[in-house]
Amino acid sequence: MNFNATLIGQTITFAVFVWFCMKYIWPPLMAALDERNARISEGLAAAQRGQQDLEDAQAKVGESLGEAKQQAQEIINQAQKRANEIVDEAKDSARDEADKIKAAASADIAQQITAAREHLRKEVSAIALAGTQQILKREVDAKAHAAVLDELVAQI
Amino acid sequence: MAGSYANPSEYIKHHLTNLTYGQKADGSWGIAHGADEIKEMGFWSINLDSMFFSIGLGLFFLWIFRKAAKRASTDAPTGLQNFIEMMIEFIDDSVRGSFSGKNPLIAPLALTIFVWVFLMNLMDLIPVDHIPWLASLMGVPYLKIVPSTDPNITFGMSLSVFALVLYYSVKMKGPGGFFAELAFHPFPKFMMPINLVLEGVTLIAKPVSLALRLFGNLYAGEMIFILIALMYSGGWVLGISGGFLQLGWAIFHILIITLQAFIFMTLTIVYLDMASQTDH
Repeated sequence: MNFNATLIGQTITFAVFVWFCMKYIWPPLMAALDERNARISEGLAAAQRGQQDLEDAQAKVGESLGEAKQQAQEIINQAQKRANEIVDEAKDSARDEADKIKAAASADIAQQITAAREHLRKEVSAIALAGTQQILKREVDAKAHAAVLDELVAQI
Repeated sequence: MAGSYANPSEYIKHHLTNLTYGQKADGSWGIAHGADEIKEMGFWSINLDSMFFSIGLGLFFLWIFRKAAKRASTDAPTGLQNFIEMMIEFIDDSVRGSFSGKNPLIAPLALTIFVWVFLMNLMDLIPVDHIPWLASLMGVPYLKIVPSTDPNITFGMSLSVFALVLYYSVKMKGPGGFFAELAFHPFPKFMMPINLVLEGVTLIAKPVSLALRLFGNLYAGEMIFILIALMYSGGWVLGISGGFLQLGWAIFHILIITLQAFIFMTLTIVYLDMASQTDH
């Protein structure tokens, strides 16, 4: 083993290389690795969050689907009830209307019967008067016999 | 290849000799020929091959990682980017696991050590003769292509780590606290000299073991590759079995070079963690 100035040369070279490595190699590589680590863990966290969000959304979807179904059922029930009510109402009002029309018709009939009877009565009294005039062949004082005639008319 | 040498011992010696530049005994500057001339040059000479491959591999490491650092983004990484980021995360995990404090130097230091040492060790898997033979064609007489089989390289790194250990020990614990750790432990205070010796040895053993472990493993591995390479000049039978041996040893060596790089890095982190701990 011969020691010579190679020892010093190697020492200086070593120092320079370590300095270069410390200044220009280690920090940028380490920074890049750290940054990538951060980015990867961020990505993983984001993925996890996305998964969570998806699950939440799915749960929410299921919930609102159930709610909507229930609401639809309610609406259908109400509609059915309302339809039944409408039908009942229509029946009632139709019956009322029919009753009303029937009543009006019978009132009309009664009135026409009365009017016809009145008319008939007047005609009969006129005919009777004319007959009596012809029978008596003389002038009957209408005024004097009005009371008698009216009595006759009332008797018809 | 070994055929051009006088005997196996010379072949081995040649492969274990660095390309050393320094002042020769006669006063001229030049490349040493042989171990004796290297010895004569003393301390003020330099192993050109070790420095060349060490710096070259280090620059390769910095270049690739710098490219990845520039392209780094939060998008999904592809190909090389993926590999680099895997390495970064691996180092980051190791540092987080072993280093309790917060220090922006530790992780880049660990990354540099791991990748650089690994690349230097990786040169061991290139067949021992290929690059030296190419170099010899260009007139380079000696070439050791594995920098981590040069103790200068391993000690250069471990002593730097040791300097950091001392610096952080003093910085985090204060000079008094650091001294107390060395002097009042493991025995009571009145046995301070013994404590100092024991803890001093422990302290010195850190950089020495760090450097020698890497050097020893790689040196031994290289030696075995050289011995296997010697078999190629021993005829058909030896040559073919040498081929299988080399394959087996190389596969096993992949484990060793990675392990050694990892051990060097982990121990560096642990030593610096111990130095930075204040409540001890």
